[in-house]
Amino acid sequence: MDRNNLIYLDNNATTPMDPRVLEEMTPYFTDFYGNAASRNHPFGWSAENGVDKARKQIADLIHVDPREIIFTSGATEADNLAIKGVFEMYSRKGNHIITLKTEHKAVLDSCKKVEKMGGEVTYLDVNNDGTVDLELLENSITDKTILVSIMWANNETGVIQPMKQIGEICAKKGVLLMSDATQAVGKIPVDPKATGVHLMAFTGHKMYGPKGVGALFVNRKNPRVKVTSQMDGGGHERGMRSGTLNVPGIVGFGKAAELAMNEMAEEAKRLSALRDKLESRLVNSLEECYINGSVENRMPHVSNISFKHVEGEGLMMTFNQNIGVSSGSACTSASLEPSYVLIALGLGDDLAHSSIRFSLGRFNTEEEIDRTIKQVSEGVNHMRNLSPIWEMYKEGVDLDSVEWAEH
Amino acid sequence: MAYSDKLIEHFKQPKNVGTLDKEAQDVGTGLVGAPECGDVMRLQIQVDDQTKVIKDAKFKTFGCGSAIASSSVATEWLKGKTIDQAMEIDNMAIVEELALPPVKIHCSVLAEDAIKSAITDYKKKNGIETE
Repeated sequence: MDRNNLIYLDNNATTPMDPRVLEEMTPYFTDFYGNAASRNHPFGWSAENGVDKARKQIADLIHVDPREIIFTSGATEADNLAIKGVFEMYSRKGNHIITLKTEHKAVLDSCKKVEKMGGEVTYLDVNNDGTVDLELLENSITDKTILVSIMWANNETGVIQPMKQIGEICAKKGVLLMSDATQAVGKIPVDPKATGVHLMAFTGHKMYGPKGVGALFVNRKNPRVKVTSQMDGGGHERGMRSGTLNVPGIVGFGKAAELAMNEMAEEAKRLSALRDKLESRLVNSLEECYINGSVENRMPHVSNISFKHVEGEGLMMTFNQNIGVSSGSACTSASLEPSYVLIALGLGDDLAHSSIRFSLGRFNTEEEIDRTIKQVSEGVNHMRNLSPIWEMYKEGVDLDSVEWAEH
Repeated sequence: MAYSDKLIEHFKQPKNVGTLDKEAQDVGTGLVGAPECGDVMRLQIQVDDQTKVIKDAKFKTFGCGSAIASSSVATEWLKGKTIDQAMEIDNMAIVEELALPPVKIHCSVLAEDAIKSAITDYKKKNGIETE
Protein backbone atom coordinates (compact mmCIF):
# COMPACT_ATOMS: atom_id res chain seq x y z
CA MET A 1 0.00 0.00 0.00
CA ASP A 2 1.10 3.54 -0.75
CA ARG A 3 1.19 4.84 2.79
CA ASN A 4 1.69 8.46 1.82
CA ASN A 5 -1.70 8.59 0.24
CA LEU A 6 -3.57 6.83 3.04
CA ILE A 7 -5.76 8.57 5.59
CA TYR A 8 -6.47 6.76 8.84
CA LEU A 9 -9.72 7.84 10.50
CA ASP A 10 -10.41 4.67 12.47
CA ASN A 11 -8.61 5.57 15.67
CA ASN A 12 -11.39 4.13 17.84
CA ALA A 13 -10.52 0.72 16.44
CA THR A 14 -6.87 1.17 17.27
CA THR A 15 -4.37 3.99 17.22
CA PRO A 16 -1.03 3.97 15.48
CA MET A 17 1.79 3.68 17.99
CA ASP A 18 3.65 6.87 18.77
CA PRO A 19 7.33 6.52 17.70
CA ARG A 20 8.35 7.83 21.13
CA VAL A 21 6.60 4.82 22.66
CA LEU A 22 8.46 2.39 20.43
CA GLU A 23 11.75 4.01 21.34
CA GLU A 24 11.04 3.45 25.02
CA MET A 25 10.06 -0.19 24.45
CA THR A 26 12.93 -1.36 22.27
CA PRO A 27 15.57 -1.94 25.00
CA TYR A 28 13.09 -4.14 26.86
CA PHE A 29 13.11 -6.59 23.97
CA THR A 30 16.86 -6.66 23.48
CA ASP A 31 18.70 -5.54 26.64
CA PHE A 32 16.35 -5.77 29.62
CA TYR A 33 14.72 -9.04 28.74
CA GLY A 34 14.46 -10.43 32.26
CA ASN A 35 11.28 -11.65 33.89
CA ALA A 36 9.92 -8.93 36.14
CA ALA A 37 9.19 -11.63 38.73
CA SER A 38 12.83 -12.74 38.92
CA ARG A 39 13.73 -11.14 42.21
CA ASN A 40 17.30 -12.38 42.58
CA HIS A 41 19.35 -10.97 39.71
CA PRO A 42 19.89 -7.76 37.77
CA PHE A 43 17.99 -9.06 34.74
CA GLY A 44 14.84 -9.31 36.80
CA TRP A 45 15.51 -6.03 38.60
CA SER A 46 15.80 -3.99 35.41
CA ALA A 47 12.59 -5.48 34.07
CA GLU A 48 10.85 -4.79 37.35
CA ASN A 49 12.09 -1.20 37.33
CA GLY A 50 10.59 -0.72 33.90
CA VAL A 51 7.26 -2.10 35.07
CA ASP A 52 7.28 0.01 38.23
CA LYS A 53 7.92 3.18 36.28
CA ALA A 54 5.13 2.37 33.83
CA ARG A 55 2.71 1.53 36.62
CA LYS A 56 3.36 4.95 38.10
CA GLN A 57 2.96 6.72 34.74
CA ILE A 58 -0.39 5.03 34.20
CA ALA A 59 -1.56 5.61 37.78
CA ASP A 60 -0.65 9.30 37.46
CA LEU A 61 -2.69 9.66 34.30
CA ILE A 62 -5.86 8.57 36.11
CA HIS A 63 -4.89 9.90 39.56
CA VAL A 64 -4.78 6.59 41.44
CA ASP A 65 -2.24 4.67 43.50
CA PRO A 66 0.14 2.50 41.41
CA ARG A 67 -0.86 -0.48 43.55
CA GLU A 68 -4.37 -0.14 42.16
CA ILE A 69 -3.27 -0.97 38.60
CA ILE A 70 -3.61 -4.63 37.52
CA PHE A 71 -2.00 -5.33 34.16
CA THR A 72 -3.88 -7.53 31.68
CA SER A 73 -3.62 -8.43 28.02
CA GLY A 74 -6.05 -5.68 27.06
CA ALA A 75 -9.36 -4.04 27.83
CA THR A 76 -11.39 -7.12 26.93
CA GLU A 77 -9.58 -9.16 29.55
CA ALA A 78 -9.92 -6.32 32.07
CA ASP A 79 -13.70 -6.17 31.42
CA ASN A 80 -13.95 -9.93 31.87
CA LEU A 81 -11.91 -9.83 35.07
CA ALA A 82 -13.96 -7.00 36.55
CA ILE A 83 -17.40 -8.41 35.81
CA LYS A 84 -16.85 -12.11 36.38
CA GLY A 85 -14.38 -11.39 39.18
CA VAL A 86 -16.83 -9.19 41.09
CA PHE A 87 -19.66 -11.64 40.48
CA GLU A 88 -17.66 -14.49 42.00
CA MET A 89 -16.14 -12.46 44.83
CA TYR A 90 -19.41 -10.87 45.96
CA SER A 91 -21.81 -13.70 45.30
CA ARG A 92 -22.79 -13.83 48.97
CA LYS A 93 -23.95 -10.21 48.80
CA GLY A 94 -26.11 -10.62 45.72
CA ASN A 95 -26.23 -11.77 42.14
CA HIS A 96 -27.55 -8.79 40.18
CA ILE A 97 -25.58 -6.68 37.72
CA ILE A 98 -26.81 -3.64 35.77
CA THR A 99 -25.33 -2.49 32.49
CA LEU A 100 -26.34 -0.70 29.27
CA LYS A 101 -27.48 -2.07 25.92
CA THR A 102 -24.84 0.11 24.25
CA GLU A 103 -21.84 -1.41 26.05
CA HIS A 104 -18.97 -3.04 24.21
CA LYS A 105 -19.29 -6.77 23.52
CA ALA A 106 -16.54 -7.48 26.06
CA VAL A 107 -18.92 -6.24 28.76
CA LEU A 108 -22.13 -7.63 27.28
CA ASP A 109 -20.70 -11.08 26.67
CA SER A 110 -19.14 -11.18 30.14
CA CYS A 111 -22.59 -10.38 31.51
CA LYS A 112 -24.09 -13.16 29.40
CA LYS A 113 -21.57 -15.53 30.96
CA VAL A 114 -22.56 -14.29 34.42
CA GLU A 115 -26.19 -15.13 33.58
CA LYS A 116 -25.11 -18.66 32.70
CA MET A 117 -23.35 -18.82 36.06
CA GLY A 118 -26.65 -18.05 37.82
CA GLY A 119 -26.48 -14.27 37.91
CA GLU A 120 -29.15 -11.82 36.88
CA VAL A 121 -28.34 -8.95 34.54
CA THR A 122 -30.41 -5.91 33.63
CA TYR A 123 -29.54 -4.33 30.27
CA LEU A 124 -30.80 -0.76 30.41
CA ASP A 125 -32.15 1.17 27.44
CA VAL A 126 -30.46 4.51 26.83
CA ASN A 127 -31.84 7.92 25.92
CA ASN A 128 -32.00 8.82 22.23
CA ASP A 129 -28.74 10.74 22.55
CA GLY A 130 -27.02 7.63 23.90
CA THR A 131 -26.73 8.78 27.52
CA VAL A 132 -27.96 6.72 30.46
CA ASP A 133 -31.39 7.43 31.94
CA LEU A 134 -30.29 8.22 35.52
CA GLU A 135 -33.72 7.75 37.04
CA LEU A 136 -34.11 4.38 35.34
CA LEU A 137 -30.68 3.38 36.61
CA GLU A 138 -31.49 4.34 40.18
CA ASN A 139 -34.83 2.54 40.10
CA SER A 140 -33.22 -0.61 38.70
CA ILE A 141 -30.87 -1.06 41.66
CA THR A 142 -32.21 -3.67 44.08
CA ASP A 143 -30.91 -5.14 47.32
CA LYS A 144 -29.45 -7.94 45.18
CA THR A 145 -27.43 -5.58 43.00
CA ILE A 146 -23.67 -5.90 43.43
CA LEU A 147 -22.36 -4.07 40.39
CA VAL A 148 -23.23 -1.37 37.88
CA SER A 149 -21.11 -1.43 34.71
CA ILE A 150 -21.32 1.64 32.47
CA MET A 151 -18.80 2.64 29.85
CA TRP A 152 -17.14 6.03 30.11
CA ALA A 153 -17.39 6.83 26.40
CA ASN A 154 -18.96 4.84 23.62
CA ASN A 155 -16.77 3.38 20.90
CA GLU A 156 -19.24 3.92 18.05
CA THR A 157 -20.71 7.32 18.84
CA GLY A 158 -18.17 8.82 21.24
CA VAL A 159 -20.99 9.68 23.66
CA ILE A 160 -19.68 10.36 27.18
CA GLN A 161 -21.81 9.16 30.08
CA PRO A 162 -22.52 11.37 33.12
CA MET A 163 -20.10 9.33 35.24
CA LYS A 164 -20.18 11.72 38.19
CA GLN A 165 -23.95 11.39 38.63
CA ILE A 166 -23.77 7.66 38.07
CA GLY A 167 -21.10 7.47 40.77
CA GLU A 168 -23.31 9.39 43.17
CA ILE A 169 -26.24 7.05 42.59
CA CYS A 170 -24.05 3.98 43.15
CA ALA A 171 -22.54 5.49 46.30
CA LYS A 172 -25.99 6.29 47.68
CA LYS A 173 -27.18 2.76 46.97
CA GLY A 174 -23.97 1.12 48.15
CA VAL A 175 -23.15 -0.81 44.98
CA LEU A 176 -19.85 -1.10 43.15
CA LEU A 177 -19.38 0.86 39.92
CA MET A 178 -17.24 -0.47 37.09
CA SER A 179 -16.50 1.48 33.91
CA ASP A 180 -15.08 0.38 30.59
CA ALA A 181 -13.05 3.51 29.89
CA THR A 182 -11.18 2.13 26.89
CA GLN A 183 -12.17 5.00 24.60
CA ALA A 184 -11.80 7.75 27.19
CA VAL A 185 -8.48 7.24 28.99
CA GLY A 186 -5.71 9.26 27.41
CA LYS A 187 -8.15 11.35 25.36
CA ILE A 188 -10.14 13.23 28.02
CA PRO A 189 -9.50 13.70 31.76
CA VAL A 190 -10.55 10.53 33.59
CA ASP A 191 -10.44 10.40 37.39
CA PRO A 192 -12.18 7.30 38.73
CA LYS A 193 -11.69 8.16 42.40
CA ALA A 194 -13.19 11.63 42.11
CA THR A 195 -16.06 10.07 40.14
CA GLY A 196 -16.90 7.17 42.42
CA VAL A 197 -15.74 4.48 39.99
CA HIS A 198 -14.34 1.41 41.77
CA LEU A 199 -13.12 -0.64 38.82
CA MET A 200 -12.05 0.64 35.42
CA ALA A 201 -10.80 -1.11 32.29
CA PHE A 202 -8.60 0.48 29.64
CA THR A 203 -5.89 -0.40 27.15
CA GLY A 204 -2.65 0.74 25.54
CA HIS A 205 -3.51 0.51 21.87
CA LYS A 206 -6.32 3.08 21.96
CA MET A 207 -3.91 5.73 23.25
CA TYR A 208 -0.92 5.39 20.91
CA GLY A 209 0.63 2.56 22.90
CA PRO A 210 1.17 -1.06 21.91
CA LYS A 211 -1.48 -3.75 21.42
CA GLY A 212 -1.68 -6.68 23.81
CA VAL A 213 -1.50 -4.74 27.06
CA GLY A 214 -4.28 -3.26 29.16
CA ALA A 215 -5.14 -2.61 32.76
CA LEU A 216 -7.86 -2.85 35.34
CA PHE A 217 -7.97 -0.22 38.05
CA VAL A 218 -9.20 -1.79 41.29
CA ASN A 219 -9.98 0.53 44.20
CA ARG A 220 -7.93 -0.36 47.29
CA LYS A 221 -9.49 1.76 50.03
CA ASN A 222 -12.99 2.91 50.93
CA PRO A 223 -14.13 0.52 49.76
CA ARG A 224 -11.43 -2.13 49.38
CA VAL A 225 -12.48 -3.96 46.24
CA LYS A 226 -11.38 -7.46 45.38
CA VAL A 227 -11.99 -9.58 42.32
CA THR A 228 -11.66 -13.33 41.94
CA SER A 229 -8.86 -14.07 39.50
CA GLN A 230 -9.88 -15.43 36.12
CA MET A 231 -6.33 -16.48 35.20
CA ASP A 232 -4.61 -18.65 37.76
CA GLY A 233 -0.93 -19.38 38.09
CA GLY A 234 2.02 -17.67 39.71
CA GLY A 235 -0.02 -15.15 41.66
CA HIS A 236 1.18 -12.08 39.77
CA GLU A 237 -0.58 -8.73 40.09
CA ARG A 238 -1.58 -9.25 43.73
CA GLY A 239 -3.05 -12.59 42.89
CA MET A 240 -5.70 -11.06 40.63
CA ARG A 241 -4.04 -11.86 37.31
CA SER A 242 -1.34 -14.50 36.96
CA GLY A 243 1.01 -14.68 34.02
CA THR A 244 4.46 -13.33 33.22
CA LEU A 245 4.22 -9.60 32.70
CA ASN A 246 4.49 -8.30 29.15
CA VAL A 247 7.36 -6.02 30.11
CA PRO A 248 7.99 -4.22 26.79
CA GLY A 249 4.24 -3.76 26.31
CA ILE A 250 3.79 -2.39 29.82
CA VAL A 251 6.73 -0.01 29.38
CA GLY A 252 5.17 1.25 26.15
CA PHE A 253 1.76 1.59 27.78
CA GLY A 254 3.41 3.66 30.52
CA LYS A 255 5.13 5.95 28.04
CA ALA A 256 1.88 6.37 26.13
CA ALA A 257 0.19 7.38 29.39
CA GLU A 258 2.87 9.95 30.11
CA LEU A 259 2.56 11.44 26.62
CA ALA A 260 -1.22 11.53 26.90
CA MET A 261 -1.04 13.30 30.23
CA ASN A 262 1.21 16.02 28.80
CA GLU A 263 -0.46 16.45 25.43
CA MET A 264 -4.12 15.53 25.95
CA ALA A 265 -5.52 19.04 26.40
CA GLU A 266 -3.81 20.47 23.30
CA GLU A 267 -4.63 17.42 21.25
CA ALA A 268 -8.30 17.40 22.17
CA LYS A 269 -8.61 21.03 21.15
CA ARG A 270 -6.93 20.42 17.79
CA LEU A 271 -8.90 17.27 17.02
CA SER A 272 -12.28 18.68 17.97
CA ALA A 273 -11.69 21.61 15.58
CA LEU A 274 -10.86 19.15 12.78
CA ARG A 275 -13.81 16.93 13.67
CA ASP A 276 -16.17 19.90 13.68
CA LYS A 277 -14.88 20.99 10.30
CA LEU A 278 -15.35 17.53 8.83
CA GLU A 279 -18.81 17.22 10.28
CA SER A 280 -20.14 20.65 9.42
CA ARG A 281 -18.81 20.57 5.85
CA LEU A 282 -20.44 17.21 5.19
CA VAL A 283 -23.73 18.03 6.87
CA ASN A 284 -23.98 21.44 5.20
CA SER A 285 -23.10 20.34 1.68
CA LEU A 286 -25.07 17.09 1.57
CA GLU A 287 -28.77 16.69 2.23
CA GLU A 288 -30.25 14.29 4.75
CA CYS A 289 -27.29 13.68 7.02
CA TYR A 290 -27.84 12.89 10.67
CA ILE A 291 -25.33 13.00 13.51
CA ASN A 292 -25.75 10.03 15.82
CA GLY A 293 -25.50 10.46 19.57
CA SER A 294 -25.23 13.45 21.86
CA VAL A 295 -23.36 16.36 20.29
CA GLU A 296 -22.87 18.06 23.67
CA ASN A 297 -21.48 15.08 25.57
CA ARG A 298 -19.12 13.58 23.10
CA MET A 299 -15.47 12.66 22.66
CA PRO A 300 -13.57 15.41 20.82
CA HIS A 301 -12.33 13.21 18.00
CA VAL A 302 -15.39 11.16 17.05
CA SER A 303 -18.20 11.76 14.58
CA ASN A 304 -20.84 9.21 13.66
CA ILE A 305 -23.00 10.30 10.72
CA SER A 306 -25.85 8.60 8.87
CA PHE A 307 -26.11 9.47 5.18
CA LYS A 308 -29.73 8.67 4.44
CA HIS A 309 -30.58 6.31 1.56
CA VAL A 310 -26.95 5.31 1.17
CA GLU A 311 -25.68 1.98 2.47
CA GLY A 312 -22.63 2.45 4.69
CA GLU A 313 -20.46 -0.36 3.45
CA GLY A 314 -21.09 0.56 -0.17
CA LEU A 315 -20.25 4.17 0.63
CA MET A 316 -17.00 3.11 2.27
CA MET A 317 -16.07 1.24 -0.86
CA THR A 318 -16.07 4.47 -2.84
CA PHE A 319 -13.09 5.72 -0.85
CA ASN A 320 -11.65 2.79 1.07
CA GLN A 321 -8.64 2.44 -1.21
CA ASN A 322 -7.17 5.33 0.72
CA ILE A 323 -9.41 6.30 3.67
CA GLY A 324 -9.99 3.98 6.63
CA VAL A 325 -13.23 4.45 8.59
CA SER A 326 -15.88 2.15 10.11
CA SER A 327 -19.54 1.62 9.35
CA GLY A 328 -22.45 0.59 11.53
CA SER A 329 -23.87 -1.27 8.59
CA ALA A 330 -24.58 -4.96 8.64
CA CYS A 331 -22.60 -6.22 5.75
CA THR A 332 -19.23 -5.27 7.22
CA SER A 333 -19.32 -8.24 9.55
CA ALA A 334 -20.46 -11.80 9.11
CA SER A 335 -23.73 -10.93 10.85
CA LEU A 336 -26.35 -9.08 8.87
CA GLU A 337 -27.65 -7.05 11.78
CA PRO A 338 -26.80 -3.36 11.76
CA SER A 339 -25.11 -1.78 14.78
CA TYR A 340 -26.93 -2.62 18.02
CA VAL A 341 -25.57 0.57 19.53
CA LEU A 342 -27.30 2.77 16.94
CA ILE A 343 -30.48 0.69 17.19
CA ALA A 344 -30.44 1.29 20.97
CA LEU A 345 -30.35 5.04 20.22
CA GLY A 346 -33.67 4.61 18.45
CA LEU A 347 -32.39 4.75 14.88
CA GLY A 348 -34.34 2.78 12.31
CA ASP A 349 -32.48 -0.09 10.69
CA ASP A 350 -32.22 1.94 7.48
CA LEU A 351 -30.38 4.83 9.16
CA ALA A 352 -28.19 2.42 11.10
CA HIS A 353 -27.20 0.80 7.80
CA SER A 354 -26.28 4.27 6.49
CA SER A 355 -23.83 5.22 9.21
CA ILE A 356 -20.13 5.95 9.06
CA ARG A 357 -17.89 6.47 12.07
CA PHE A 358 -14.99 8.87 11.68
CA SER A 359 -12.51 8.71 14.56
CA LEU A 360 -9.60 11.11 14.34
CA GLY A 361 -6.24 10.79 16.02
CA ARG A 362 -2.91 12.34 16.92
CA PHE A 363 -1.40 12.03 13.46
CA ASN A 364 -4.24 13.37 11.30
CA THR A 365 -3.66 16.66 9.51
CA GLU A 366 -6.04 19.33 8.26
CA GLU A 367 -5.05 18.51 4.70
CA GLU A 368 -6.24 14.93 5.29
CA ILE A 369 -9.56 16.15 6.63
CA ASP A 370 -10.01 18.36 3.55
CA ARG A 371 -9.37 15.39 1.26
CA THR A 372 -11.77 13.28 3.30
CA ILE A 373 -14.54 15.85 3.00
CA LYS A 374 -14.08 15.87 -0.77
CA GLN A 375 -13.94 12.11 -1.22
CA VAL A 376 -16.81 11.32 1.14
CA SER A 377 -19.02 13.93 -0.52
CA GLU A 378 -18.27 12.47 -3.93
CA GLY A 379 -18.93 8.99 -2.56
CA VAL A 380 -22.31 9.94 -1.12
CA ASN A 381 -23.33 11.56 -4.41
CA HIS A 382 -22.17 8.50 -6.37
CA MET A 383 -24.17 6.19 -4.14
CA ARG A 384 -27.27 8.37 -4.19
CA ASN A 385 -27.21 8.45 -7.98
CA LEU A 386 -27.32 4.67 -7.79
CA SER A 387 -29.92 4.45 -5.04
CA PRO A 388 -33.53 3.64 -5.96
CA ILE A 389 -34.76 4.78 -2.58
CA TRP A 390 -33.00 8.14 -2.94
CA GLU A 391 -34.81 8.50 -6.28
CA MET A 392 -38.13 7.60 -4.67
CA TYR A 393 -37.46 10.00 -1.81
CA LYS A 394 -36.71 12.78 -4.33
CA GLU A 395 -39.94 12.00 -6.19
CA GLY A 396 -41.82 12.37 -2.92
CA VAL A 397 -42.71 8.71 -2.49
CA ASP A 398 -43.52 7.85 1.12
CA LEU A 399 -41.04 5.05 1.69
CA ASP A 400 -42.98 3.74 4.67
CA SER A 401 -45.94 3.06 2.42
CA VAL A 402 -43.94 0.86 0.04
CA GLU A 403 -44.41 -2.85 0.44
CA TRP A 404 -40.85 -4.11 0.55
CA ALA A 405 -40.01 -7.66 -0.40
CA GLU A 406 -37.96 -8.45 2.71
CA HIS A 407 -35.57 -11.30 2.42
CA MET B 1 -11.63 -8.55 2.67
CA ALA B 2 -10.16 -7.87 -0.74
CA TYR B 3 -12.53 -7.76 -3.70
CA SER B 4 -11.87 -8.87 -7.25
CA ASP B 5 -10.88 -6.30 -9.85
CA LYS B 6 -14.02 -7.09 -11.82
CA LEU B 7 -16.22 -6.38 -8.83
CA ILE B 8 -14.49 -3.09 -8.14
CA GLU B 9 -14.80 -2.09 -11.80
CA HIS B 10 -18.55 -2.80 -11.78
CA PHE B 11 -18.89 -0.86 -8.54
CA LYS B 12 -16.90 2.19 -9.60
CA GLN B 13 -18.26 2.34 -13.13
CA PRO B 14 -21.52 0.44 -12.99
CA LYS B 15 -23.18 -0.37 -16.30
CA ASN B 16 -26.81 0.45 -17.12
CA VAL B 17 -27.61 2.71 -14.19
CA GLY B 18 -30.92 4.42 -14.69
CA THR B 19 -34.66 4.32 -14.83
CA LEU B 20 -37.10 3.11 -17.49
CA ASP B 21 -40.73 4.22 -17.58
CA LYS B 22 -42.35 1.68 -15.33
CA GLU B 23 -45.78 2.48 -16.79
CA ALA B 24 -44.71 1.55 -20.34
CA GLN B 25 -46.28 -1.62 -21.71
CA ASP B 26 -42.94 -3.11 -22.80
CA VAL B 27 -41.15 -2.49 -19.49
CA GLY B 28 -41.00 -4.92 -16.59
CA THR B 29 -39.86 -3.74 -13.14
CA GLY B 30 -38.53 -5.78 -10.24
CA LEU B 31 -38.09 -4.15 -6.83
CA VAL B 32 -36.62 -6.48 -4.22
CA GLY B 33 -35.06 -6.13 -0.77
CA ALA B 34 -35.87 -3.63 1.95
CA PRO B 35 -34.09 -0.58 3.38
CA GLU B 36 -34.13 -2.24 6.83
CA CYS B 37 -32.13 -5.15 5.44
CA GLY B 38 -29.49 -2.85 3.97
CA ASP B 39 -30.20 -3.57 0.33
CA VAL B 40 -32.85 -2.63 -2.22
CA MET B 41 -32.49 -3.52 -5.87
CA ARG B 42 -34.64 -2.14 -8.69
CA LEU B 43 -34.07 -3.82 -12.01
CA GLN B 44 -35.99 -2.98 -15.19
CA ILE B 45 -36.14 -4.59 -18.59
CA GLN B 46 -37.49 -3.35 -21.89
CA VAL B 47 -38.67 -6.22 -24.07
CA ASP B 48 -39.26 -6.48 -27.83
CA ASP B 49 -42.92 -7.28 -28.26
CA GLN B 50 -42.38 -9.67 -31.18
CA THR B 51 -39.19 -11.55 -30.38
CA LYS B 52 -39.36 -11.30 -26.56
CA VAL B 53 -35.72 -10.27 -26.63
CA ILE B 54 -34.60 -7.89 -23.85
CA LYS B 55 -33.57 -4.72 -25.68
CA ASP B 56 -32.52 -2.71 -22.66
CA ALA B 57 -31.97 -3.19 -18.95
CA LYS B 58 -31.47 -0.60 -16.23
CA PHE B 59 -30.94 -0.75 -12.50
CA LYS B 60 -30.62 1.27 -9.34
CA THR B 61 -29.42 -0.35 -6.14
CA PHE B 62 -29.12 0.73 -2.54
CA GLY B 63 -26.59 -1.57 -0.96
CA CYS B 64 -23.02 -2.62 -0.52
CA GLY B 65 -20.44 -2.83 -3.29
CA SER B 66 -21.25 -6.47 -4.00
CA ALA B 67 -24.95 -5.72 -4.40
CA ILE B 68 -24.24 -2.91 -6.84
CA ALA B 69 -21.75 -4.97 -8.86
CA SER B 70 -24.19 -7.92 -8.94
CA SER B 71 -26.92 -5.68 -10.37
CA SER B 72 -24.56 -4.22 -12.92
CA VAL B 73 -23.51 -7.68 -14.13
CA ALA B 74 -27.12 -8.86 -14.19
CA THR B 75 -28.22 -6.01 -16.45
CA GLU B 76 -25.29 -6.66 -18.80
CA TRP B 77 -26.24 -10.30 -19.10
CA LEU B 78 -29.91 -9.58 -19.67
CA LYS B 79 -29.46 -7.52 -22.79
CA GLY B 80 -29.89 -9.63 -25.91
CA LYS B 81 -31.43 -12.59 -24.11
CA THR B 82 -35.05 -13.64 -24.54
CA ILE B 83 -37.11 -13.51 -21.38
CA ASP B 84 -37.10 -17.32 -21.27
CA GLN B 85 -33.32 -17.40 -21.46
CA ALA B 86 -33.13 -14.69 -18.81
CA MET B 87 -35.18 -16.82 -16.43
CA GLU B 88 -32.32 -19.32 -16.52
CA ILE B 89 -29.71 -16.93 -15.07
CA ASP B 90 -28.47 -18.49 -11.87
CA ASN B 91 -27.09 -16.54 -8.92
CA MET B 92 -24.05 -18.81 -8.73
CA ALA B 93 -22.94 -17.56 -12.13
CA ILE B 94 -22.82 -14.05 -10.68
CA VAL B 95 -20.91 -15.35 -7.65
CA GLU B 96 -18.31 -16.82 -9.98
CA GLU B 97 -18.13 -13.84 -12.30
CA LEU B 98 -17.42 -11.41 -9.44
CA ALA B 99 -15.66 -13.87 -7.11
CA LEU B 100 -18.07 -12.93 -4.34
CA PRO B 101 -16.96 -14.02 -0.87
CA PRO B 102 -19.36 -16.32 1.04
CA VAL B 103 -20.82 -13.49 3.19
CA LYS B 104 -21.86 -11.72 -0.03
CA ILE B 105 -23.69 -14.56 -1.75
CA HIS B 106 -27.01 -13.05 -0.67
CA CYS B 107 -26.27 -10.12 -3.03
CA SER B 108 -26.27 -12.46 -6.01
CA VAL B 109 -29.48 -14.10 -4.78
CA LEU B 110 -31.07 -10.69 -4.64
CA ALA B 111 -29.99 -10.00 -8.23
CA GLU B 112 -31.54 -13.27 -9.39
CA ASP B 113 -34.74 -12.39 -7.53
CA ALA B 114 -34.76 -8.97 -9.18
CA ILE B 115 -34.41 -10.51 -12.65
CA LYS B 116 -37.26 -12.96 -12.04
CA SER B 117 -39.42 -10.29 -10.50
CA ALA B 118 -38.91 -7.94 -13.49
CA ILE B 119 -39.77 -10.70 -15.97
CA THR B 120 -42.85 -11.70 -13.97
CA ASP B 121 -43.98 -8.07 -13.95
CA TYR B 122 -43.55 -7.84 -17.74
CA LYS B 123 -45.46 -11.08 -18.32
CA LYS B 124 -48.29 -10.02 -16.06
CA LYS B 125 -48.60 -6.69 -17.85
CA ASN B 126 -48.75 -8.41 -21.22
CA GLY B 127 -51.01 -11.28 -20.26
CA ILE B 128 -48.37 -13.95 -20.74
CA GLU B 129 -48.97 -17.10 -18.76
CA THR B 130 -46.29 -18.02 -16.22
CA GLU B 131 -45.88 -21.73 -15.82
